[in-house]
Amino acid sequence: MIHASLKELAAALAAKTLSSVELTQLYLDRIARLNPELNAFITTDPERSLAAARLADARIAAGQAGPLTGIPIAQKDIFCAEGWRTTCGSKMLENFISPYDATVITRLEREAGMVSLGKANMDEFAMGSSNETSWFGPVQNPWDKTRVPGGSSGGSAAAVAAALAPVATGTDTGGSIRQPAALCNLTGLKPTYGVVSRYGMIAFASSLDQAGPMARSAADCALLLNAMAGFDDKDSTSLERPSEDYCRCLGQPLQGLKIGLPREFFGEGCAAGVMAAVQAAIDEYKRLGAELVEVSLPNSHLSVPAYYVIAPAEASSNLSRFDGVRYGYRAPEYRDLSDMYCKTRAQGFGAEVKRRILIGTYVLSHGYYDAYYLQAQRIRRLIADDFVAAFRQCDVILGPTSPSTAFKQGEKAADPVQMYLSDIYTIAVNLAGLPGMSLPCGFDDQGLPIGMQLIGNYFDEARLLNVAHAYQQASDWHRRTPAGLE
Amino acid sequence: MSLTLPEVQRIAYLARIEVSEAEAETSRQHLNGIFSLIEAMQAADTQGVEPMAHAQDVGQRLREDRVSHLDPDGVQRARFQAIAPETEAGLYLVPKVIE
Repeated sequence: MIHASLKELAAALAAKTLSSVELTQLYLDRIARLNPELNAFITTDPERSLAAARLADARIAAGQAGPLTGIPIAQKDIFCAEGWRTTCGSKMLENFISPYDATVITRLEREAGMVSLGKANMDEFAMGSSNETSWFGPVQNPWDKTRVPGGSSGGSAAAVAAALAPVATGTDTGGSIRQPAALCNLTGLKPTYGVVSRYGMIAFASSLDQAGPMARSAADCALLLNAMAGFDDKDSTSLERPSEDYCRCLGQPLQGLKIGLPREFFGEGCAAGVMAAVQAAIDEYKRLGAELVEVSLPNSHLSVPAYYVIAPAEASSNLSRFDGVRYGYRAPEYRDLSDMYCKTRAQGFGAEVKRRILIGTYVLSHGYYDAYYLQAQRIRRLIADDFVAAFRQCDVILGPTSPSTAFKQGEKAADPVQMYLSDIYTIAVNLAGLPGMSLPCGFDDQGLPIGMQLIGNYFDEARLLNVAHAYQQASDWHRRTPAGLE
Repeated sequence: MSLTLPEVQRIAYLARIEVSEAEAETSRQHLNGIFSLIEAMQAADTQGVEPMAHAQDVGQRLREDRVSHLDPDGVQRARFQAIAPETEAGLYLVPKVIE
């Protein structure tokens, strides 16, 4: 039961062989037993979850259930949820009880009838690739507890991998859904920028942030995306498009599909085990009828440098709201207003968040704007144009998600640059605003999961999900689960 | 490019983050490491390239200029102020700014 697909869970709920209350209790019990060690959740509220489950059961009984009604979910603690503590992994928001719901929460809880199990741990303000920057402590990777689950959606990834939840929400600014999915043997999708509402999702870099599903299969991701996506007039960057069914392509044959292999993704800097698994996946796609095309993304080496100008610049502006006046932490002692700001922010933010605010403040400051911020925006255009050219030759792009499998806790924590380079294959996708996903494609010689990345053209999520689904029909990597967590 | 200690302290003040001398020195080293990574941008020829500020080239959506939410009895205000560090009579309190 704990490894059932969303479709199987929905069928059991519809057949009334299982109630939402029973299913929710099953996961709450697992969380109570396994979370003290894994630390995948920052906040749980069993009474609240069970009340939602009772509502879902009533809805099912009344014949008003949707495809996800009564199914439990872990919510990344970046989504404001009314009455829930919403921390964003920061001391700054340690006691912040949200007075309103993010649109993603409204859609999943109120409209789809899903049951939130709790708020999942994450890197502070989503800034990190290992979940080690969280004020609430690191998260263990269920595959090897001495290793990181990836980040920033590390709690979401660990929760689903350890079957503390059947599915989770994540957000991805530079790889924060895809990299933890790769490191924890999950399937995760970052949609096209503007497809999922950002209202009530605490902002990091507003031109890059996008929410998406994290699950055990592409089919589960498609179902969850159906419930998450859609136009929202509360988000000025939400795109006004007709709603679509992201499951509609699942099961279509891959005959004639053109898969682009960017030569820049197959060079140096990637672990041999990762490369071998990705290569084997490419061979499988060939057997499934896909055609392989070599493509080039000549400016991809500039994506990490440009990202570490653009994302911190936007973050320094977004995080100026945390000043100890209207909500969140305020320093207990200060001399005057300016000193209150300075001490509040010094005490409320962790080292990585401060670092990025300082980078952003510098690149936007007088005399440096053109050399850094403007140059980064020009490079962003070059990177996006590379993808436009590549998609003239292919339908989807394939490569590794992360250059390595899960690394040890503490291994990269002292060296920000090494940490930043773990997102080397994912960042360009955010800069361009394209949809990208990660799915399991094997294990290295230490038994650690390996993820491959699929990148689609704008709004091509349905096809992307089918390309992943077809591989998952022909492989069983995604069905493997970590030992010792029964 | 290499940041000096006074430069780090000036940036920290602009960002309203108090830093001790020791923190400023650690930050300086980390920031210089990051800027040496960023420096790779300067070799790229971007002449004539239109800066890309956003992932989608669409205009900002506008709405009618009218009040959308009324709160005559202050219920919403009270709800939002309940999470503030310090309020009084519906106002947010901060240290005195003008003597």
